[in-house]
Amino acid sequence: MTNNYLITLLLGVPLVGALLLLLIKKDKENLVRYFGLLVSTLTFIVSIIIYTGYDSAKGGFQLVETNMWISNLHISYNVGVDGISLLLVLLTTFLTPLTLLSSWKSINKNVKEFTFFMLLLELGMLGVFVSLDLFLFYIFWEAMLIPMYFIIGIWGGPRRIYASIKFFLFTMFGSLLMLVAIIWLAVYASGILGHFTTNLVELYTIAPNIPYGIQQWMFLAFALSFAIKVPIFPLHTWLPDAHVEAPTAGSVILAGVLLKMGTYGLLRFCLPLFPQAAIHFAPYISTLAIIGIIYGALVAMVQKDMKKLVAYSSVAHLGFVVLGIFAMTQESVQGAVIQMVNHGLSTGALFLLVGVLYDRMHTRLISDYGGIAKIVPVFATFFMIASLSSIGLPGLNGFVGEFLILLGTFKSPVLDSWWFAGFATSGVIFAAVYMLWLYQRVVFGEVKNPKLNEMKDMNKREIFILSAIFVFVIWIGIYPSTFLKVSETSTQKVIEQVFTPLNGEAK
Amino acid sequence: MVQLIYLTTLLPLLGFLINGLFGSKIKNEKIIGILGSATIGISFLIVLGAFFQTLNMPPDQRQTIVNLFTWIKVGNFDVNISYQVDQLSLFMGLIVTGVGFIIHVYSIGYMHGDKGFGRFFAYLNLFIFAMMNLILGSNFLLLFLGWEGVGLCSYLLIGFWYDRKFEKGTTGDAAKKAFIVNRIGDFGFLLGIFLIYMTFGSLNFNDVFSRAASLTIPQYVSNFIALFLFIGAVGKSAQIPLYIWLPDAMAGPTPVSALIHAATMVTAGVYMVARCSILYASAPAIMELVAIVGALTAIFAASIGLVQNDIKKVLAYSTVSQLGYMFLALGVGAFSAALFHVMTHAFFKALLFLGAGSVIHGMHDEQNIQNYGGLKKYMPKTYITFLIASLAISGIPPLSGFFSKDEILWYSYTNGNIIYWLVGAITALLTAFYMFRLVSLTFDGKERFGHDKHPHESPSVMTIPLIILAVLSAVGGFIGIPEIFSGEHGNQLDNWFEPIFKPAQARIAMFGVHSNLEEIIFMVVTLAGVIGSIYAARYIYIKNIKPADSLAKRFNGIYGLLLNKYYVDEVYDAAIVTPIVKGSETVLWKFADVKLIDGLINGVANLIDKISGSIRKIQTGVAQFYALMMMLGIVVALFWIILSL
Repeated sequence: MTNNYLITLLLGVPLVGALLLLLIKKDKENLVRYFGLLVSTLTFIVSIIIYTGYDSAKGGFQLVETNMWISNLHISYNVGVDGISLLLVLLTTFLTPLTLLSSWKSINKNVKEFTFFMLLLELGMLGVFVSLDLFLFYIFWEAMLIPMYFIIGIWGGPRRIYASIKFFLFTMFGSLLMLVAIIWLAVYASGILGHFTTNLVELYTIAPNIPYGIQQWMFLAFALSFAIKVPIFPLHTWLPDAHVEAPTAGSVILAGVLLKMGTYGLLRFCLPLFPQAAIHFAPYISTLAIIGIIYGALVAMVQKDMKKLVAYSSVAHLGFVVLGIFAMTQESVQGAVIQMVNHGLSTGALFLLVGVLYDRMHTRLISDYGGIAKIVPVFATFFMIASLSSIGLPGLNGFVGEFLILLGTFKSPVLDSWWFAGFATSGVIFAAVYMLWLYQRVVFGEVKNPKLNEMKDMNKREIFILSAIFVFVIWIGIYPSTFLKVSETSTQKVIEQVFTPLNGEAK
Repeated sequence: MVQLIYLTTLLPLLGFLINGLFGSKIKNEKIIGILGSATIGISFLIVLGAFFQTLNMPPDQRQTIVNLFTWIKVGNFDVNISYQVDQLSLFMGLIVTGVGFIIHVYSIGYMHGDKGFGRFFAYLNLFIFAMMNLILGSNFLLLFLGWEGVGLCSYLLIGFWYDRKFEKGTTGDAAKKAFIVNRIGDFGFLLGIFLIYMTFGSLNFNDVFSRAASLTIPQYVSNFIALFLFIGAVGKSAQIPLYIWLPDAMAGPTPVSALIHAATMVTAGVYMVARCSILYASAPAIMELVAIVGALTAIFAASIGLVQNDIKKVLAYSTVSQLGYMFLALGVGAFSAALFHVMTHAFFKALLFLGAGSVIHGMHDEQNIQNYGGLKKYMPKTYITFLIASLAISGIPPLSGFFSKDEILWYSYTNGNIIYWLVGAITALLTAFYMFRLVSLTFDGKERFGHDKHPHESPSVMTIPLIILAVLSAVGGFIGIPEIFSGEHGNQLDNWFEPIFKPAQARIAMFGVHSNLEEIIFMVVTLAGVIGSIYAARYIYIKNIKPADSLAKRFNGIYGLLLNKYYVDEVYDAAIVTPIVKGSETVLWKFADVKLIDGLINGVANLIDKISGSIRKIQTGVAQFYALMMMLGIVVALFWIILSL
């Protein structure tokens, strides 16, 4: 019980780091950059220590720390990780230093503020993943909006104000409903326990017994909030705008981590808290997910702006994750969890690569490029690997997740039809279409735009960032057991939580 | 050697990594070329060693599983990276590494001076890596990994000269088309894999096939499994309706066409169906479909080949057609015959492509056969070897193609029906015709090229591979001499494969009883037709060019239809590609996404803005107005109180 404070340390490092950063003089930009990198790297190291301290065979919430916070409402500072959140924590702490490094040259106004907000953002994201108290979760969930709002609004593109407000309003709208549901849950719990509680572990035992009619409303309130974040079709229209206007680092974090908070929420709260409702709504949400897979891919195909293309592709990829969660089989849920990580890596890499192009040519229009394979061969190679990872080529990470999700969907007793997997599998065709078409138009062909001839290939810093990501792209593709093992018992537990009350009732 | 089989994937992978990462730094073509070829050469020796080792085992124990590590494991789902060394994988492995090695060596000469020399050998090695995984994988998922991997290499190599134009577009268009059309097939393949796991609870070949042989599966499930897998095969092996990518794949360098798009990768579908023979034997309706698709593809592609003028296009349609033969064989349950043709075809078609490459090389990248003529005196070695290959593919005894094609034709009759045989036989005549049209226009007759061309024989690093393949094309058929000639030993190749296909053969209706005389008659009839075809082609295209022109004029409609490949690409474009792209752009994106969904949401926001705007007007900030309102309120309240008293 000596390392009880590890999670607090994980949250403390970026928080204290952000505060200390304020002491540095604004014009010492390089010092700010190095300090930000140092803090986020330290956070990464802490998360590695947490990983080594986590016993994945045992499963369940570990490294838990509980301190009563608002005692008369029984709201507690209750944090801990299980296999699912641990993988997402690792993804967050891994991507944050890389994004800071990627902004080394491209962010050169208000560097201090930028770094400050990035660290706060990291704190908010980590908080969301480690909270085991609904109230605490809600605070992190909302708090994280603020730095993201500023990152898009200050360092973004020309329509950044529109995009950031849209992003903010969409998310706020959903979370208000969630807040209502959280309060209702706490009140309901008080009827049984005799006191309010927002403690997730306590609620896990209480909530599934909520009358079915009310459960449905509770489920919907939570699910809507998460669905906006994922985003599930047709709630996705904030995403392309936010991505296009956000700076590279913002896009990477947005796609890499923020969207996962939605799918994480579905898995952590919606399924285990309201299992009957979740089963009831599974076919509907799965249908939306599949529409998202096909629709997102088709709309991605016809985009003129690279970032928009990748943004719409995220709608498709996250559709797979949502489908995996609501197919509710061990294979599909494991696939969904690993696919969350995969999407963070491959889409993160794609946004970084688009950023590399943008830094040089200051345009993201596909038609401005063409034939750059000859000019920037290293870039062309990296772009190919990232595209293939996104397409889901076997041997790379994306395949493992997609395959498990589709396999699980195929045999899902909840969905109970081949049609779901049948339609979803067609996504593999469309993914190839839009990615390879993009690749062809940007990299292959003759050089038509003479300005491209002066383009410089990727520098060592950029090569390092992407190589770090590709290590995991290949690792997960060839030996995913390292990661699947971490979440295996935890996903198993979620599935048990969903089906146990049902079985009890049936008997 | 059997236990070292993993080296046959590891070595090419290493070759890929070294040439891929450092190829641009090494620069020395010799080092790159020798390294790239050596990895394949050593792999060939290992497969050969494993083959002899396996040959010494009793026939029913000739299977070794070499397990490396766990790939994906979730709950009960457990798939390993593990290789299965048996009659089928060794047979395919020998072809892939053997022919692969020859083509690697040839490429040292062919690609000489290309600025992407290192990249080329890296991709070629990566291809062998993927192809060996495809063949050796002991489960469906590893097969699929190889399957997609070879597709990737095909994509990379078709688009190898990424800045060149190709027909109406660029090589990139051809590459993308290949990958996407293959993905349509893979979609079916994946569904097949899911259904197999659902039905048999495993993806390991041994589990699945033994359960398929013993369990009773609902017929519709068996049919769907076979159908889904076949969709995958149709994509990879370029059968109707997904063959359209293969002719375009000729945009790649010619050694690639020889290795990937003729000898090895495109036969992966044949391998897969043969590997799953028991699953097909359980679905007779789908077997019928396989045979029909194969027969149709064979004759359809051959007819297009009659009029094409690009030397590689003729060979490409010929490949599609020959693959059709193989599927016809699979469809009638002649699995061994299909594989026999895979092998002989690998020899003579690789040779034809390499010969074409030699001609293209000697003619400074000219590919139109109408601009050749009389080349045999300039490139005698290329001519002789090309001629042998053409005789082999036409089915002239005792060259290899004769035996394999004859076996397929015979079984398509005995185990199918006379129509299959007839289609196959007509295809054989067409094949002989277009091949000798090609030979005559290229090597015989008058020289039709300009003075700027100086045709020359290729260097020996290219001609020696031609000679080796010519020998193989000539004698390769002897491993599968039919029973009526070889007597009591029977067909050696059939014997070798017997343990693999026994369960499937037991389930398929017994072969009909036919007399030896009948077999000989069928053989002689086809042979006579083929020889007639060859003479006709030579007469028309060497002696007198005019009949060809008048023939073309008289059948202008058909000629145009054939020349334009039945307009299939155009129909696909108009019926599928354009509607999807345009529909996605106008309906889905610009209407549904931007106008409808986003418009709705922005509309709500605007509405709130408007309402609050009008409410805001009340808050004028003028204190007097507030005071007035307060007074009014008090008065109203007072009235209400008084009234309610």
